[in-house]
Amino acid sequence: MDAKTEETGPVELRDFSLEHYDTTQALAHAAEQAVQRKYEDFLIVDVDSHHYESESFSEIAEYIEDPVLRQNASHQAMTKPGIDTGNGSFQELNGRIIRYRGRRKEKVPPTPHRDITLMRRWMDAMGTDIACLFPTPMLNLSLSPNVAMQTGLAWAYNRWLCERILAEEPRIKSMIYLPFHDPAACVKTVEYFTGKPGVIGFMVTSTHHRSVFENDYIKLYAMLQERGFPLAFHSATGSEPGLRLFNKFFGVHALGFCWHNMVYLTNWIINAMPERFPKLKTIWIESGLAWVPFLMQRLDNEYMIRSSEVPMLKRKPSDYMREMYYSSQPMEMTDNRESLELTFKLINAKSQLLYASDFPHWDMDLPSTIYDLPFLDEQDKRNILGGNAQRLFNLEPIYSPQKLARRAAVARDAVGSASPT
Amino acid sequence: MPEVKVCTDSELVDGAVRVLRVKDIEIAVIKHAGQYFAYHNHCPHQGGPACEGVRMPQVVELLDTQGNFIGQTFDENDIHIVCPWHGYEFHLSDGVNVSDKRLRLKKFKVVERDGGIYVAV
Repeated sequence: MDAKTEETGPVELRDFSLEHYDTTQALAHAAEQAVQRKYEDFLIVDVDSHHYESESFSEIAEYIEDPVLRQNASHQAMTKPGIDTGNGSFQELNGRIIRYRGRRKEKVPPTPHRDITLMRRWMDAMGTDIACLFPTPMLNLSLSPNVAMQTGLAWAYNRWLCERILAEEPRIKSMIYLPFHDPAACVKTVEYFTGKPGVIGFMVTSTHHRSVFENDYIKLYAMLQERGFPLAFHSATGSEPGLRLFNKFFGVHALGFCWHNMVYLTNWIINAMPERFPKLKTIWIESGLAWVPFLMQRLDNEYMIRSSEVPMLKRKPSDYMREMYYSSQPMEMTDNRESLELTFKLINAKSQLLYASDFPHWDMDLPSTIYDLPFLDEQDKRNILGGNAQRLFNLEPIYSPQKLARRAAVARDAVGSASPT
Repeated sequence: MPEVKVCTDSELVDGAVRVLRVKDIEIAVIKHAGQYFAYHNHCPHQGGPACEGVRMPQVVELLDTQGNFIGQTFDENDIHIVCPWHGYEFHLSDGVNVSDKRLRLKKFKVVERDGGIYVAV
């Protein structure tokens, strides 16, 4: 459809009633931001993004080794807790975030794998070159009382992820899900997936009801340290009894996602893991940032009085925390510019902060949330958006085709303008 | 002020949205309950296409005379534009953000003339 008036020139019209949902179109404004901010000039790494592996569950089920579990899974599939369970998932904001239902019907070509096409669409739109991919519903395997089921499904998912997704698209990476209720299986997971294409670390969902200090995990940490893999703790909704007091997801999310990582991080420090595994790098994912200064202050204050309980610590807790890595999303950005700037200073964001989108989830952050911060200089922005992750994971830079094309176009224009007429 | 023809009245069904790009500005024309509204299709939060999502009424929580919570309902007289990226909500009537009045979608005048729908840009 086209219309025009003499006053305005050409006018482009779109009618949504005629359109199918398409991630590229839905993120057209993100693509404009990428061009305006010249993202083609530097690498952008997203350390926390997701897919809905439940849509591929029949494929994943084929990788389940236990025949009984495989048969059960083929019937049960990955059910999502709903409004009838009391532990509902209201990520879609009750119909307000339309990409949840839109993308389920989004059309993709037969090849490559549907998840790869969808990933490429949002990555290319945002200007993201490399993304670390995590599951969505399977993060909640941590809540299952059936350890064998958790371990069996995690193994199947990890194999499927590596063989069907990561091996096919070098721009997609993952930190492999560890079945934390089963320490021996965690060790086996690290042994098996080390060296697999796209594996850049390992991840624990911090909603497990196991404590990080248990001796059962020492072999795991030693192995990760020796192999140079970061260990990530990814928060999630969880089933913490205190959170059951909330009647709205608002409260569960606002507090819960911080709470789980606060518990895990506190245990990590007061049991001196940074001293016992000084080269093991930890990443704290999807809790935003506001909790970190709070926890630094609480733990330092405690340490000055109760150092007898933590004799292996040689420094204040905040000193260790400043050497950890944090993913940015969901970054608290409402009327708090001064607080945010102080938070960046306290966590040593220039070297320790890693940009994350959490796309396609409801509270996703675009790269512009970092790039537009007025208190960062250009190099700081580039470090947080990609440089820090590139160094942490020792990533070979792989740029999106769109950014390479824009870079080439800019170079051609420069040559053209410099040529004598 | 220049006017751009969007469509005829019969072309846009109730609830539909049509987006125009005029000189690098996206303007969304929304038809709701027979009325037309036009806003800059740009969310002040992270720059999302604010008008390309759903419209939903204000949620109202109900208390009885003693202050007890007795339920919730929708206020169909206060329809919100919901940005599809993150769910930021704006009053359809004036484009003002529901949670912070300092944020708003820029409003454009809609003119209905001779069966045609025009936006003043």
